[in-house]
Amino acid sequence: MNLQLVETSEQWDDRRIGFGQVMLAEWTKIRSVRSTTWSLVAFVVASVALSAGLCALIVANWSAAQGGGEPARVLADPTDFILGNGTALGQLAVCVLGVILITSEYSTGTIRASLLAVPGRASLLLAKAFVFATILLVLAEVVAFASFLVGSAVLHSRAPVSLNDPGVTRAVIGAGLYLAVLGPFSLAIGAIVRHTAGAILVVVGLVFGSVVLDHLVSGGWEAYLVAALPQQAGSLIYQAHPHPGQLLSAWQGFGIFCGWTVVLLAVAAALLGRLDP
Amino acid sequence: MIEVTGLTRRFGTITAVDRLSFSVAPGRVTGFLGPNGAGKSTTMRMILGLDRPTEGIATISGVPYAELEHPFRTVGALLEERSVHPGRTAYDHLLFLAQAQRLPRRRVEEVLGLVGLGDVAGRRAKGLSLGMGQRLGIAAAMLGDPEVLLLDEPVNGLDPEGVLWIRNLMKELAGEGRTVFVSSHLMNEMAVTARHLVVIGRGRLLADCPTSELLARGSEGSVRVVSPDAARLAGILRSEGATVGTAAPEPPDTTDLGARDTTGALSVTGLGCAQIGRLAAAASIELHALHPRRLSLEDAFMELTADSGDLTTLPRHDDDRMTDRSCRA
Repeated sequence: MNLQLVETSEQWDDRRIGFGQVMLAEWTKIRSVRSTTWSLVAFVVASVALSAGLCALIVANWSAAQGGGEPARVLADPTDFILGNGTALGQLAVCVLGVILITSEYSTGTIRASLLAVPGRASLLLAKAFVFATILLVLAEVVAFASFLVGSAVLHSRAPVSLNDPGVTRAVIGAGLYLAVLGPFSLAIGAIVRHTAGAILVVVGLVFGSVVLDHLVSGGWEAYLVAALPQQAGSLIYQAHPHPGQLLSAWQGFGIFCGWTVVLLAVAAALLGRLDP
Repeated sequence: MIEVTGLTRRFGTITAVDRLSFSVAPGRVTGFLGPNGAGKSTTMRMILGLDRPTEGIATISGVPYAELEHPFRTVGALLEERSVHPGRTAYDHLLFLAQAQRLPRRRVEEVLGLVGLGDVAGRRAKGLSLGMGQRLGIAAAMLGDPEVLLLDEPVNGLDPEGVLWIRNLMKELAGEGRTVFVSSHLMNEMAVTARHLVVIGRGRLLADCPTSELLARGSEGSVRVVSPDAARLAGILRSEGATVGTAAPEPPDTTDLGARDTTGALSVTGLGCAQIGRLAAAASIELHALHPRRLSLEDAFMELTADSGDLTTLPRHDDDRMTDRSCRA
């Protein structure tokens, strides 16, 4: 057996291993598993298709529903209608993908190989979060702009809206930002819970449960509490106009959502450092 | 060079690893031997910084794993548990590890060739056989051309060809001056591979010595003698300073049919075959059997672990002798 090991060793790169190497490795991990790649493609296609489809549906049924609730709601805030549906579907995909990205490392045992290669555990988690957020930011902005451009073109005859209208560009960019932050948010919960089903339950409960709570409370300190929940706060960034009675501004809400994510990532990093894989 | 000092790991009230101290020297294969559940994997995981020790410290080349500047260039590891995503190709698995360690991409192809997986580099891990999976693990361990290798139960589940391959690889790597530390619960496997042994039972160190010394320990050449005139022979041998006992029956699978019969069978220590034969001839005592018995590594191992108790955790593999022994105990 010829091991041919000696020649190579003389050409090692002796520079310190930095965060860049860890991020590169995380990028390879994400792109090299087929299910992850396809989920990301499906996320883009399905979100844009749903936004465009629902716009086409409402236009087709416009006269029949004249005077009714839906067209009035669309007329009041076309941006919210165009972005809301696609984002609602997209956020589910992002939640699940964010969780699986880390829980699958535990279920397949890859976490052990990963931690041998990256003994600094916090940097492993941060690199994963950073790479995933970057991929999501690009894809989600594509989704947001594509949804808006297609949706507004379809709605044009009934409820004209353009990127030049006040708040609209911020809302479109905001939809992408929201989904990009939701990725590491879900990832952090996955890293804390460590089991796919449990973590998905927690994330979906947090994200969709707050919508239910929002309808239950009216005013008082409870309203502030609900407004500060991750999804309630984060979703403000993709609404072009403040809703009546809205307690936080778009950027305040987004700031609170980012705060949630940072705190959860810190908890996840601390746990990853203390527990055996 | 691996150094373990006072390494302890407790899980609640259970002490899995108990104040373990030993060092593993370069240039030879060192076997890490112990029954299942003795704490071998936990010890290896602590050396690799995966599990946190409750007390004590483990270093590789003088530094704890987490503080190594280029971990893979210092130590390569094959873990017992699977650590590959089934949906990732062999190539991509090695690629992300190489990237995280700033190792050249070319190295991935090299190690794939080294372990003979060049042809299946693009196959996803779920499509690899057990033996191929094990080779992929070895490839990952070899990525950084490390001076130290830790292999946890590398031959588990392998076919004879695979077992032979791993044995030769380990010997070759040790021959190049590397430190090779390999765990196993199969004593006979260690007897043919390891030149030095670290034996543990219930998390405690039982022996840290050359394999040959463990083999010699307690076996000091007993001789089995069968004679129709055993009582008279025993008297003569005792008067010559030998210790004589009744020989235990041989295991039922022995090919020597006579050896199964314990009538007139003696176990003699303190005298060699030649001396016993001469004494018997001088006294005109008929001998039916006269053969030296060396303890196998397995026997020596059983003797060591018997003191630390818990025979029930011992694996009952291909050797019936073990079952035999625990029956007699």
